[in-house]
Amino acid sequence: MSPRQKPSISKRGEVVALRPERELQQIGKSVLRVAKLRGVPETEVHIEENIYALTRFANNGIHQHVAEQGLVISIRTVAQGRSARVTTNKNDEDAFGAAIDDCLSLASHQPADSKLLPLLGRQRYRPVRRFDERTASLAAEERARAVKSACQLAEKRGQVAAGIFASGQNQSVLVNSRGLASAYRHTSATFSVTMQQGSAASWAKANSPNVGTFHPLELARIASEKAARAENPIELEPGRYTVILEPSAVLDLAGFLFYDFAATAVADKRSCFAGRVGKAIFGKNITIVDDVYHPQQCGAPFDGEGVPRQRVVLVDRGVVTSLVYSRRSAKEARRRPTGHGFPLPNEYGEAPFNLVFVGGQTPVEEMVRRTERGLLVTRFWYIREVDPYEKVMTGMTRDGLFLVEKGKIVAAVRNFRFNQSVLEMLRNVECLGPAERATGEEAFEMVVPPMKIRDFHFSEVTKF
Amino acid sequence: MWDYCGRSLDVARLRGATYSDVRVMHLRQRDLTTKSGRVGTLGQSESIGLGIRVVANGAWGFASTDQLTPAGVAGCAAQAVAVARSSALAKKESVQLAAEGTYVDSWQGPCRKDPFEMPLEAQVDLLLRADGEMRKVKGVTLSETDLQFRKIDTWFASSAGSKIHQRRVISGCGIVATSFGKDGIQKRSYPNSFGGQHILGGYELIEAMELLRHAPRVGEEAVRLHSAGQCPEKTGTLILGGSQLGLQIHESVGHPIELDRVLGQEANFAGTSFLTLDKLHNLRYASAIVNVVADARAEHGPGLGTFAYDDEGVPAQRIEVIRDGEFHGYLSSRETAHKIGLTRSGGTMRTEGWNRLPMIRMTNISLLPGTWTLDDLIADTDDGILMDTNRSWSIDDRRYQFQFSTEIGWEIKGGKKGRMLKNPSYSGITTEFWNSCDAISNADEWVLWGTPNCGKGQPMQVMGTGHGASPARFRQVKIGTAFSNQ
Repeated sequence: MSPRQKPSISKRGEVVALRPERELQQIGKSVLRVAKLRGVPETEVHIEENIYALTRFANNGIHQHVAEQGLVISIRTVAQGRSARVTTNKNDEDAFGAAIDDCLSLASHQPADSKLLPLLGRQRYRPVRRFDERTASLAAEERARAVKSACQLAEKRGQVAAGIFASGQNQSVLVNSRGLASAYRHTSATFSVTMQQGSAASWAKANSPNVGTFHPLELARIASEKAARAENPIELEPGRYTVILEPSAVLDLAGFLFYDFAATAVADKRSCFAGRVGKAIFGKNITIVDDVYHPQQCGAPFDGEGVPRQRVVLVDRGVVTSLVYSRRSAKEARRRPTGHGFPLPNEYGEAPFNLVFVGGQTPVEEMVRRTERGLLVTRFWYIREVDPYEKVMTGMTRDGLFLVEKGKIVAAVRNFRFNQSVLEMLRNVECLGPAERATGEEAFEMVVPPMKIRDFHFSEVTKF
Repeated sequence: MWDYCGRSLDVARLRGATYSDVRVMHLRQRDLTTKSGRVGTLGQSESIGLGIRVVANGAWGFASTDQLTPAGVAGCAAQAVAVARSSALAKKESVQLAAEGTYVDSWQGPCRKDPFEMPLEAQVDLLLRADGEMRKVKGVTLSETDLQFRKIDTWFASSAGSKIHQRRVISGCGIVATSFGKDGIQKRSYPNSFGGQHILGGYELIEAMELLRHAPRVGEEAVRLHSAGQCPEKTGTLILGGSQLGLQIHESVGHPIELDRVLGQEANFAGTSFLTLDKLHNLRYASAIVNVVADARAEHGPGLGTFAYDDEGVPAQRIEVIRDGEFHGYLSSRETAHKIGLTRSGGTMRTEGWNRLPMIRMTNISLLPGTWTLDDLIADTDDGILMDTNRSWSIDDRRYQFQFSTEIGWEIKGGKKGRMLKNPSYSGITTEFWNSCDAISNADEWVLWGTPNCGKGQPMQVMGTGHGASPARFRQVKIGTAFSNQ
């Protein structure tokens, strides 16, 4: 069977369907056949297809609106202890042949690597379901109508709305010359909205494989109400404050830890956990796992080499108990691979992309009620690493910072800059709320709880 | 390629588009890295496709495809028109485009030695040797090197009649030594951090950077930082090295002058700007010795923001952003120009690839050189700190308050560069900081730095920008805050 030349297009001119999985498998087999004819000992092929659309609005109207579709074929050869990768979006056998030749040429110009592993054989995977038909077929007009509702709400309240409504579908197939064959497909939908009132603003965002799990207008209402409350901020002195971090704020800050859990990063001594594995680094109320099978998580059940992903307890009641391993780092550490490796060749090894923080029982409203004096943080912005070993991060608060006194929100506060060690922060957690799938702008989506934290360090204040 | 462009423009017109422009782009990239004596990444990629932007019912639509067939590009154009019609359901105003000429042209950026034609074995050997030189230094626990090359061909056509082909070759390289010691992790990079230096040009950049010559120093400095003094917390005089000043320009001048930000179009993600429209020609942005331009022309140099035409077919221009300290110019597009009373776009619309919409981006945002030699500038400084090579950067979403830290610093006492300092950082408010500038080094010290990783837009686009800078001095700056009270 020859691959179709284009995906399905609706009468309205929209790409609506991914190719059947067997067509991607067929492309993979074609590449393997071409490689075999060239005498390549081992070949791996990763094929990824993407259909994505995004409706962007600002000043209460749509100003950008885009749609894309594409297919990428990534080929890795392994021969005489040498490996290289070539990626193309040309889907024909001539292109596959040229890519394989380039791969062999690239690989031949490097020294042999005695630790390079042969390709992985056939594996069994635990199935995951992350494809929603309604999300896959969401039309530009549907997104536009939802955006219009949010903009009308803003206009009605004298506010200005900006944001995105995006939807898409993606599939990937990984095959190799040792018989490995894995496949995964998922849908995604994201609605993000900023509501501006005068010089104040607030924000809400949701992301899910299923567009039916969130309501754009409800998110717009949340942002709108917080924006109204964020006007006329008072200026407070920098210093250490008790903070209540909403899940997006927790995500965007704690999310920076993810690569520190890589065995390669620890071996390279660039992880904050170098020399600290097995030790109590965080408070006893902190437990973190990596779990691609969690119902609120997303992602393929296999890694860049096709190893099945395992659930890994990374932090157990404050103690860093485990790291994640690629095949190579596992062999060097005499461990079993956990299914977190990046596609080879690479120098970074592996990383956990499905972090789940175990939550608690205290919702944000209750945290506010129990706080004598503190700050409620909607989200952080422009977070960067200042000190990699103590994991000191800097960044700003954004889109809604509020003063809490005697159990009530009493004022909006001018935004602060923080310089805060994440290690210290997770030792100072006083209570946690229920964990949820959170989305922000700095880290990829994770399942995290809101947190109440003492002695959070704000170092400077800005002008709004 | 022109056939695909023509076909898609025809279909867009027949479907009701009142304006359309199309880009076919062929992007090739090679990445080569080493880590601690071993090849890390060794990869090459290519991507070719078409993206079409249309106005229909007064609203924008964009669609892209990798199906370069008559049917594929026709379907893509039809989709773009359909998307535009749905945009019109929630449009605020109809699109107005500033007038622009039509151009038929072909241009190629400077490239003396095509990196894709240079022997690969020599490239791998260079990196492994530089990597080895760093690891020879006792105390270096991680050594890393990288080379990156890109070749981008763009065929642009518009319904107004322009047909422009451009080829840009981009080269970049860098080395990094990391030392894990008793007080944590210290790092040194050359010629810059986060990927090194990048220019519009070929392998000649790699040769000019002399990675092997600098590798031992980079390793030694990374180790020596452990025993260096801690940067003090104080308010005082700061001298910034050129690469750090380049990033300071990027964050506190380049982003605030993007007109789409100013007009609220980035409010949900990248943020807005303190440079509201009332400040045009009416703000003392900096001290009188500060002159900043946005210059995309080849005459400015081989920067990552150098081109002949932007991605909506407007010729490259030089815009005065700050003249003698006063604010005079935004980065604009055909759609936004009229909002500031211009009759023509400033030519700053750029796209990452064929599947992305062009948007306002920095070109080469450069601080023009001053009159000082660096030696004289240091000799003229009684008490200060010289900071070099960025380690972290952060600024608020309206671009007022920033904080940077650098890999290394040196104390300046009595006009002499003294002891090394670790963990340097400084912070401030944009206009206060730039108004405190009292000395800028001359053209001999001026380098057009490349920032290859500027992220903006939804979906995110990564763009290379250029920043010419020479070391400069700033007074009464808040120093050392990042590490205070930890």
